[in-house]
Amino acid sequence: MENKNKPLSPHLQVYRWHISSLLSITHRIVGIINFFGIIFISSILIFNFQFFQIISQSFFGKFIIISLCWSFSFQIVNEIRHLFWDMGYGFDLKVSQITGIIAIVGSFILTILFYLIGRNVF
Amino acid sequence: MVQFSLPQNSKILKGNYYKDKTGSNNLKKINVYRWNPSSNENPRIDTFEVDLNECGPKVLDILFKIKNEIDPTLTFRRSCAHGVCGSCAMNVDGVNTLSCIKSHSDIKGELNIYPLPHLKVIKDLVGDLTTLYKQYESVEPWLKSKVGEKTSTEIKQSQEDRAKLDGYYECILCACCSTSCPSYWWNGDKYLGPAVLLQAYRWITDSRDEERKERLKKVADELKLYRCHTIMNCTNSCPKGLNPAKAIGSIKKMLASS
Repeated sequence: MENKNKPLSPHLQVYRWHISSLLSITHRIVGIINFFGIIFISSILIFNFQFFQIISQSFFGKFIIISLCWSFSFQIVNEIRHLFWDMGYGFDLKVSQITGIIAIVGSFILTILFYLIGRNVF
Repeated sequence: MVQFSLPQNSKILKGNYYKDKTGSNNLKKINVYRWNPSSNENPRIDTFEVDLNECGPKVLDILFKIKNEIDPTLTFRRSCAHGVCGSCAMNVDGVNTLSCIKSHSDIKGELNIYPLPHLKVIKDLVGDLTTLYKQYESVEPWLKSKVGEKTSTEIKQSQEDRAKLDGYYECILCACCSTSCPSYWWNGDKYLGPAVLLQAYRWITDSRDEERKERLKKVADELKLYRCHTIMNCTNSCPKGLNPAKAIGSIKKMLASS
Protein backbone atom coordinates (compact mmCIF):
# COMPACT_ATOMS: atom_id res chain seq x y z
CA MET A 1 0.00 0.00 0.00
CA GLU A 2 1.38 3.38 -1.00
CA ASN A 3 1.59 5.81 1.91
CA LYS A 4 -0.17 9.00 0.77
CA ASN A 5 0.84 10.92 3.87
CA LYS A 6 4.06 12.38 2.46
CA PRO A 7 6.36 14.00 5.03
CA LEU A 8 7.75 17.52 4.71
CA SER A 9 11.52 17.66 4.27
CA PRO A 10 13.37 19.49 7.06
CA HIS A 11 13.98 23.22 6.45
CA LEU A 12 14.88 25.60 9.31
CA GLN A 13 16.10 22.63 11.30
CA VAL A 14 18.92 21.81 8.87
CA TYR A 15 19.57 24.97 6.86
CA ARG A 16 22.82 26.75 7.57
CA TRP A 17 22.73 30.42 8.60
CA HIS A 18 24.54 32.96 6.46
CA ILE A 19 25.33 36.55 7.47
CA SER A 20 22.64 37.77 5.07
CA SER A 21 19.85 35.55 6.40
CA LEU A 22 20.82 36.24 10.02
CA LEU A 23 20.75 40.00 9.46
CA SER A 24 17.45 39.76 7.62
CA ILE A 25 15.64 38.06 10.51
CA THR A 26 17.38 40.34 13.04
CA HIS A 27 16.17 43.36 11.07
CA ARG A 28 12.57 42.15 11.36
CA ILE A 29 12.72 41.32 15.06
CA VAL A 30 14.50 44.58 15.86
CA GLY A 31 11.87 46.46 13.86
CA ILE A 32 9.10 45.12 16.10
CA ILE A 33 11.12 45.78 19.26
CA ASN A 34 11.82 49.35 18.15
CA PHE A 35 8.18 50.04 17.41
CA PHE A 36 6.94 48.99 20.83
CA GLY A 37 10.09 49.84 22.82
CA ILE A 38 10.44 53.42 21.64
CA ILE A 39 6.71 54.14 22.08
CA PHE A 40 6.92 52.68 25.60
CA ILE A 41 10.04 54.56 26.68
CA SER A 42 8.87 57.83 25.12
CA SER A 43 5.47 57.66 26.77
CA ILE A 44 7.08 57.16 30.18
CA LEU A 45 9.36 60.09 29.42
CA ILE A 46 6.42 62.32 28.46
CA PHE A 47 3.82 61.33 31.03
CA ASN A 48 5.92 60.64 34.10
CA PHE A 49 9.32 62.27 33.96
CA GLN A 50 10.18 61.52 37.58
CA PHE A 51 9.53 57.83 37.10
CA PHE A 52 11.69 57.95 33.95
CA GLN A 53 14.53 59.46 35.99
CA ILE A 54 14.27 56.67 38.55
CA ILE A 55 14.43 53.88 35.98
CA SER A 56 17.17 55.58 33.97
CA GLN A 57 19.33 55.49 37.13
CA SER A 58 18.84 51.77 37.72
CA PHE A 59 21.08 49.17 36.08
CA PHE A 60 18.15 47.45 34.42
CA GLY A 61 16.79 50.72 33.06
CA LYS A 62 20.20 51.64 31.64
CA PHE A 63 20.45 48.24 30.03
CA ILE A 64 17.05 48.67 28.36
CA ILE A 65 17.86 52.16 27.10
CA ILE A 66 21.26 51.18 25.72
CA SER A 67 19.72 48.09 24.10
CA LEU A 68 17.13 50.29 22.42
CA CYS A 69 19.94 52.56 21.23
CA TRP A 70 21.55 49.54 19.61
CA SER A 71 18.38 48.17 18.06
CA PHE A 72 17.55 51.60 16.64
CA SER A 73 21.11 52.00 15.28
CA PHE A 74 21.03 48.57 13.71
CA GLN A 75 17.68 49.23 12.08
CA ILE A 76 18.94 52.52 10.59
CA VAL A 77 22.22 51.11 9.26
CA ASN A 78 20.67 47.96 7.82
CA GLU A 79 17.85 49.99 6.29
CA ILE A 80 20.46 52.01 4.37
CA ARG A 81 21.68 48.65 3.03
CA HIS A 82 18.13 47.86 1.94
CA LEU A 83 17.81 51.25 0.24
CA PHE A 84 20.90 50.52 -1.82
CA TRP A 85 19.42 47.15 -2.80
CA ASP A 86 16.23 48.93 -3.86
CA MET A 87 18.33 51.16 -6.11
CA GLY A 88 19.86 48.02 -7.62
CA TYR A 89 23.30 48.06 -6.01
CA GLY A 90 25.09 45.66 -3.71
CA PHE A 91 23.59 42.34 -4.80
CA ASP A 92 26.98 40.81 -5.45
CA LEU A 93 27.59 37.99 -2.96
CA LYS A 94 30.91 39.34 -1.68
CA VAL A 95 29.61 42.93 -1.52
CA SER A 96 26.48 41.89 0.40
CA GLN A 97 28.64 40.02 2.93
CA ILE A 98 30.91 42.99 3.42
CA THR A 99 27.99 45.45 3.80
CA GLY A 100 26.46 43.00 6.27
CA ILE A 101 29.56 43.08 8.46
CA ILE A 102 29.68 46.87 8.11
CA ALA A 103 26.05 47.01 9.30
CA ILE A 104 26.89 45.01 12.44
CA VAL A 105 30.04 46.99 13.29
CA GLY A 106 28.34 50.28 12.34
CA SER A 107 25.39 49.62 14.64
CA PHE A 108 27.73 49.28 17.64
CA ILE A 109 29.69 52.40 16.72
CA LEU A 110 26.44 54.33 16.38
CA THR A 111 25.27 53.02 19.77
CA ILE A 112 28.45 54.31 21.43
CA LEU A 113 27.96 57.66 19.67
CA PHE A 114 24.36 57.89 20.90
CA TYR A 115 25.52 57.09 24.41
CA LEU A 116 28.29 59.70 24.36
CA ILE A 117 25.97 62.34 22.89
CA GLY A 118 23.41 61.49 25.56
CA ARG A 119 26.02 62.04 28.26
CA ASN A 120 26.97 65.38 26.73
CA VAL A 121 30.53 64.30 26.05
CA PHE A 122 30.77 66.38 22.90
CA MET B 1 1.76 29.78 6.50
CA VAL B 2 4.70 30.12 8.81
CA GLN B 3 5.28 26.92 10.69
CA PHE B 4 8.72 26.64 12.22
CA SER B 5 8.53 23.04 13.42
CA LEU B 6 7.97 19.96 11.31
CA PRO B 7 4.52 18.30 11.26
CA GLN B 8 4.08 15.15 13.35
CA ASN B 9 4.49 12.75 10.41
CA SER B 10 7.76 14.44 9.36
CA LYS B 11 9.64 14.28 12.67
CA ILE B 12 12.97 12.62 12.03
CA LEU B 13 13.86 9.43 13.91
CA LYS B 14 17.21 7.78 14.45
CA GLY B 15 17.79 5.17 11.76
CA ASN B 16 20.14 2.30 11.03
CA TYR B 17 23.89 2.30 11.44
CA TYR B 18 25.88 0.63 8.67
CA LYS B 19 29.32 -0.24 10.02
CA ASP B 20 32.27 -0.35 7.66
CA LYS B 21 33.22 -3.85 6.48
CA THR B 22 36.35 -3.03 4.47
CA GLY B 23 38.62 -2.25 7.43
CA SER B 24 39.77 0.97 5.78
CA ASN B 25 41.61 3.66 7.74
CA ASN B 26 40.00 6.54 5.83
CA LEU B 27 36.36 6.45 6.87
CA LYS B 28 33.72 9.18 6.75
CA LYS B 29 30.34 9.06 8.47
CA ILE B 30 27.53 9.94 6.10
CA ASN B 31 24.10 10.78 7.57
CA VAL B 32 21.38 10.40 4.98
CA TYR B 33 17.67 11.29 5.21
CA ARG B 34 15.52 8.24 4.45
CA TRP B 35 11.81 7.82 3.99
CA ASN B 36 10.05 4.87 2.47
CA PRO B 37 6.57 5.55 1.03
CA SER B 38 5.56 1.91 1.35
CA SER B 39 5.99 1.90 5.12
CA ASN B 40 4.01 3.86 7.67
CA GLU B 41 7.07 4.97 9.60
CA ASN B 42 8.41 8.49 10.05
CA PRO B 43 11.51 9.62 8.15
CA ARG B 44 14.81 8.57 9.68
CA ILE B 45 18.52 9.35 9.44
CA ASP B 46 20.68 6.41 8.41
CA THR B 47 24.41 6.58 9.07
CA PHE B 48 26.84 4.94 6.67
CA GLU B 49 30.56 4.50 7.20
CA VAL B 50 32.12 5.00 3.78
CA ASP B 51 35.68 4.13 2.73
CA LEU B 52 37.02 7.29 1.07
CA ASN B 53 40.14 5.52 -0.28
CA GLU B 54 37.90 3.79 -2.81
CA CYS B 55 35.58 6.65 -3.66
CA GLY B 56 35.34 9.46 -6.21
CA PRO B 57 35.80 13.10 -5.19
CA LYS B 58 32.19 14.33 -5.20
CA VAL B 59 29.25 13.88 -2.83
CA LEU B 60 27.35 12.11 -5.63
CA ASP B 61 30.17 9.53 -5.80
CA ILE B 62 29.55 8.77 -2.12
CA LEU B 63 25.83 8.28 -2.78
CA PHE B 64 26.60 5.94 -5.68
CA LYS B 65 29.02 4.01 -3.49
CA ILE B 66 26.37 3.60 -0.80
CA LYS B 67 23.79 2.50 -3.36
CA ASN B 68 26.12 0.07 -5.11
CA GLU B 69 27.90 -1.44 -2.13
CA ILE B 70 25.91 -0.88 1.07
CA ASP B 71 22.20 -0.22 0.58
CA PRO B 72 20.70 -0.56 -2.94
CA THR B 73 17.35 0.86 -1.78
CA LEU B 74 18.81 4.39 -1.38
CA THR B 75 16.88 6.66 -3.77
CA PHE B 76 18.10 9.92 -5.31
CA ARG B 77 17.79 11.78 -8.62
CA ARG B 78 20.82 12.14 -10.85
CA SER B 79 21.57 12.24 -14.51
CA CYS B 80 24.55 14.04 -16.04
CA ALA B 81 26.90 14.11 -13.03
CA HIS B 82 28.59 17.24 -14.43
CA GLY B 83 26.52 20.09 -13.02
CA VAL B 84 24.52 20.62 -16.21
CA CYS B 85 21.18 18.87 -15.72
CA GLY B 86 20.26 19.96 -12.19
CA SER B 87 18.78 16.62 -11.16
CA CYS B 88 20.93 15.89 -8.12
CA ALA B 89 20.07 19.08 -6.20
CA MET B 90 19.94 18.33 -2.47
CA ASN B 91 20.82 19.80 0.90
CA VAL B 92 24.45 18.91 1.59
CA ASP B 93 26.00 20.08 4.86
CA GLY B 94 23.22 22.61 5.44
CA VAL B 95 23.30 24.31 2.04
CA ASN B 96 21.44 23.39 -1.13
CA THR B 97 23.77 22.40 -3.93
CA LEU B 98 24.29 19.93 -6.76
CA SER B 99 25.85 16.87 -5.19
CA CYS B 100 27.72 16.08 -8.44
CA ILE B 101 29.87 19.23 -8.26
CA LYS B 102 30.26 19.45 -4.45
CA SER B 103 33.56 18.00 -3.25
CA HIS B 104 33.24 15.95 -0.07
CA SER B 105 36.76 16.93 0.95
CA ASP B 106 35.40 20.49 1.56
CA ILE B 107 33.31 19.19 4.43
CA LYS B 108 34.94 18.50 7.78
CA GLY B 109 33.52 15.83 10.07
CA GLU B 110 30.29 14.00 9.42
CA LEU B 111 28.46 14.67 6.18
CA ASN B 112 24.71 15.35 6.41
CA ILE B 113 22.58 14.86 3.32
CA TYR B 114 18.90 15.89 3.23
CA PRO B 115 16.45 16.38 0.39
CA LEU B 116 15.76 19.96 -0.78
CA PRO B 117 14.08 21.75 2.16
CA HIS B 118 10.34 22.21 2.70
CA LEU B 119 9.13 19.89 -0.06
CA LYS B 120 6.83 16.89 0.12
CA VAL B 121 9.16 13.90 0.06
CA ILE B 122 8.46 11.25 -2.58
CA LYS B 123 11.18 8.89 -1.40
CA ASP B 124 14.50 9.36 0.44
CA LEU B 125 16.25 12.33 -1.23
CA VAL B 126 13.60 12.94 -3.89
CA GLY B 127 11.35 15.94 -3.28
CA ASP B 128 8.13 16.85 -5.09
CA LEU B 129 8.71 19.91 -7.32
CA THR B 130 5.28 19.95 -9.00
CA THR B 131 4.34 23.41 -7.59
CA LEU B 132 7.58 24.93 -8.82
CA TYR B 133 7.08 23.57 -12.35
CA LYS B 134 3.52 24.93 -12.42
CA GLN B 135 4.81 28.34 -11.36
CA TYR B 136 7.50 28.15 -14.04
CA GLU B 137 4.79 27.46 -16.60
CA SER B 138 2.84 30.48 -15.34
CA VAL B 139 5.58 32.95 -16.39
CA GLU B 140 5.32 31.61 -19.97
CA PRO B 141 9.02 30.97 -20.49
CA TRP B 142 9.16 31.28 -24.26
CA LEU B 143 9.77 34.08 -26.75
CA LYS B 144 6.70 36.11 -27.64
CA SER B 145 7.13 38.13 -30.80
CA LYS B 146 4.91 39.24 -33.66
CA VAL B 147 7.90 39.83 -35.98
CA GLY B 148 8.41 36.12 -36.44
CA GLU B 149 4.84 35.67 -37.64
CA LYS B 150 5.18 38.29 -40.40
CA THR B 151 8.56 37.43 -41.84
CA SER B 152 10.57 34.28 -42.23
CA THR B 153 13.90 35.89 -41.27
CA GLU B 154 15.50 35.49 -37.88
CA ILE B 155 15.02 38.13 -35.16
CA LYS B 156 18.35 39.85 -34.72
CA GLN B 157 19.89 40.81 -31.40
CA SER B 158 22.90 43.05 -30.82
CA GLN B 159 25.83 41.78 -28.79
CA GLU B 160 25.02 44.29 -26.04
CA ASP B 161 21.43 43.08 -25.80
CA ARG B 162 22.61 39.49 -25.80
CA ALA B 163 25.03 40.31 -22.96
CA LYS B 164 22.05 41.36 -20.83
CA LEU B 165 21.05 37.70 -20.63
CA ASP B 166 24.41 36.63 -19.21
CA GLY B 167 24.02 35.35 -15.68
CA TYR B 168 20.37 34.45 -16.34
CA TYR B 169 20.24 32.10 -19.34
CA GLU B 170 22.63 29.70 -17.53
CA CYS B 171 19.98 28.73 -14.98
CA ILE B 172 19.30 24.99 -15.08
CA LEU B 173 16.23 25.04 -12.81
CA CYS B 174 17.72 22.76 -10.19
CA ALA B 175 15.51 24.51 -7.56
CA CYS B 176 18.39 24.94 -5.08
CA CYS B 177 17.59 28.65 -4.73
CA SER B 178 13.82 28.45 -4.39
CA THR B 179 13.98 25.72 -1.75
CA SER B 180 16.62 27.68 0.22
CA CYS B 181 14.35 30.72 0.53
CA PRO B 182 12.47 31.09 3.86
CA SER B 183 9.86 33.25 2.11
CA TYR B 184 9.27 30.42 -0.34
CA TRP B 185 9.01 27.95 2.55
CA TRP B 186 6.22 29.93 4.17
CA ASN B 187 4.42 31.16 1.02
CA GLY B 188 5.47 28.64 -1.61
CA ASP B 189 1.94 28.33 -2.95
CA LYS B 190 1.70 32.04 -3.85
CA TYR B 191 5.21 33.50 -3.94
CA LEU B 192 6.94 32.53 -7.19
CA GLY B 193 10.37 32.03 -5.62
CA PRO B 194 13.85 32.97 -6.85
CA ALA B 195 14.19 30.35 -9.61
CA VAL B 196 10.94 31.26 -11.36
CA LEU B 197 11.47 35.03 -10.89
CA LEU B 198 14.96 34.74 -12.38
CA GLN B 199 13.40 33.02 -15.37
CA ALA B 200 10.71 35.71 -15.55
CA TYR B 201 13.44 38.36 -15.59
CA ARG B 202 15.35 36.46 -18.28
CA TRP B 203 12.32 36.92 -20.62
CA ILE B 204 11.51 40.45 -19.46
CA THR B 205 15.01 41.61 -20.30
CA ASP B 206 15.24 39.79 -23.66
CA SER B 207 15.38 42.48 -26.39
CA ARG B 208 13.54 40.23 -28.89
CA ASP B 209 10.52 39.75 -26.64
CA GLU B 210 7.60 42.07 -27.35
CA GLU B 211 5.50 41.44 -24.27
CA ARG B 212 7.74 43.00 -21.66
CA LYS B 213 4.93 45.21 -20.31
CA GLU B 214 2.48 42.33 -19.97
CA ARG B 215 5.13 40.17 -18.35
CA LEU B 216 5.98 42.89 -15.83
CA LYS B 217 2.32 43.50 -15.09
CA LYS B 218 1.71 39.83 -14.51
CA VAL B 219 4.54 39.44 -12.03
CA ALA B 220 3.84 42.73 -10.15
CA ASP B 221 1.96 41.24 -7.27
CA GLU B 222 2.20 41.60 -3.49
CA LEU B 223 2.58 37.85 -3.10
CA LYS B 224 4.12 36.71 -6.37
CA LEU B 225 7.05 39.14 -6.31
CA TYR B 226 7.21 41.26 -3.18
CA ARG B 227 7.54 38.36 -0.74
CA CYS B 228 11.24 38.64 -1.56
CA HIS B 229 12.89 40.35 1.42
CA THR B 230 16.46 40.10 0.10
CA ILE B 231 17.41 37.32 2.49
CA MET B 232 19.97 36.29 -0.16
CA ASN B 233 19.84 32.56 0.64
CA CYS B 234 19.18 32.01 -3.07
CA THR B 235 22.41 33.64 -4.24
CA ASN B 236 24.32 31.95 -1.44
CA SER B 237 23.17 28.51 -2.58
CA CYS B 238 23.16 28.74 -6.40
CA PRO B 239 25.54 26.01 -7.61
CA LYS B 240 25.97 27.78 -10.95
CA GLY B 241 27.07 31.03 -9.26
CA LEU B 242 24.09 33.01 -10.57
CA ASN B 243 22.34 35.81 -8.67
CA PRO B 244 18.55 35.38 -8.38
CA ALA B 245 18.40 38.13 -5.72
CA LYS B 246 19.78 40.60 -8.27
CA ALA B 247 17.25 39.44 -10.88
CA ILE B 248 14.38 40.01 -8.45
CA GLY B 249 15.87 43.37 -7.47
CA SER B 250 16.01 44.31 -11.14
CA ILE B 251 12.33 43.43 -11.64
CA LYS B 252 11.39 45.53 -8.59
CA LYS B 253 13.47 48.42 -9.90
CA MET B 254 11.89 48.17 -13.37
CA LEU B 255 8.43 48.28 -11.80
CA ALA B 256 9.34 51.22 -9.58
CA SER B 257 10.74 53.23 -12.47
CA SER B 258 8.14 52.40 -15.15
